[in-house]
Amino acid sequence: MNFPPEHELHQRRKGRNLGVGLVLAALIVIVFGLTYVKVTSQGFRDSATSEGAE
Amino acid sequence: MTDASLHSASRDSEAQFGDYFALLKPRVMTLVVFTAFVGLLAAPVPMHPFIAFCAVLFIAVGGGASGALNMWWDADIDAVMKRTAGRPIPAGKVAPEEALALGIGLSGFAVLLLGLATNWVAAGLLAFTIFFYVVIYTMWLKRWTPQNIVIGGAAGAFPPMIGWAAATGGIAVESVLMFCLTFMWTPPHFWALALFMRGDYDNAGVPMLTVTHGRKATRAHILVYTLLLAALAVAIAFTGAGGPVYLVVAVVLNALFIKGALRIWRRTEEDAEADNFAAERGFFKLSLLYLFAHFGAILVEAGLDRAGVALSLGGLL
Repeated sequence: MNFPPEHELHQRRKGRNLGVGLVLAALIVIVFGLTYVKVTSQGFRDSATSEGAE
Repeated sequence: MTDASLHSASRDSEAQFGDYFALLKPRVMTLVVFTAFVGLLAAPVPMHPFIAFCAVLFIAVGGGASGALNMWWDADIDAVMKRTAGRPIPAGKVAPEEALALGIGLSGFAVLLLGLATNWVAAGLLAFTIFFYVVIYTMWLKRWTPQNIVIGGAAGAFPPMIGWAAATGGIAVESVLMFCLTFMWTPPHFWALALFMRGDYDNAGVPMLTVTHGRKATRAHILVYTLLLAALAVAIAFTGAGGPVYLVVAVVLNALFIKGALRIWRRTEEDAEADNFAAERGFFKLSLLYLFAHFGAILVEAGLDRAGVALSLGGLL
């Protein structure tokens, strides 16, 4: 079975699509990183510990 | 965009990723990134490096978003000015409504994420900066008054305050002084540009000082603002944001800046045309170095403080 040839539009927009893909991937890394840093930061641990102690 | 327009768009006119990036005014963004970074590091409250990185990134994205909104609103002016005719909208690469959507989307994204990553004071300042640049400067002042660049310069001066607020959650004398430094630096910087990009603003009908008050008056204004800026810049050395390293940088650069402003003030239009505005172009380039060096010195002072190196100007006073 032969795959149909890629539409010319995909070729034309390859750079743009790759760029948007990379931006979205970076956004995921940033949100994940921020969440990790916030959750493991001293302030968060302190409040979690004090709540647990009560 | 319809299917027909999708298929009929030629390969050359198709907007690429770089065209959308160009809407964010990457050159202006370097100034925003650097001054915000300095504001953030000069603050007495240490931040987690990743949060600091994200804060500067979101401030830069917010600044870029306001640049996209500025290009959307000013597309008609940009098209007739030599300096801006190659921008994505007048060049026909990006549709105005795409720039509008990108600007609004990124503005909301940057403010929201800055608020979540740091605090809502910093996010509020970023939102106000975007509003000031787009509505107050771009939509209102720019086409209305020759003081456009004086008042509108505040928009470009906010990033160090936002950086400081991201770290501390508030506003302090030091962050206001960093704001004032950029605010006072903006008019001579842009008026020098207006002098050697002559004709551009006339053609676009933008009431720059060169158009409304003449080029001789603009030269005088550059000198007066440079003298006021020099007094402020040197005075900062004796505040919490400054120190001996900053003082040396400020004295040297302000001496050069005043010398350049005096040269511009003394020149006639014939002198300027004879050497293709060499003094005005030189002053403009020096103004870029001026701002980066001052903020670089503030950064060095903050680094010395962090490292526990106690240098004081107390003995000099």
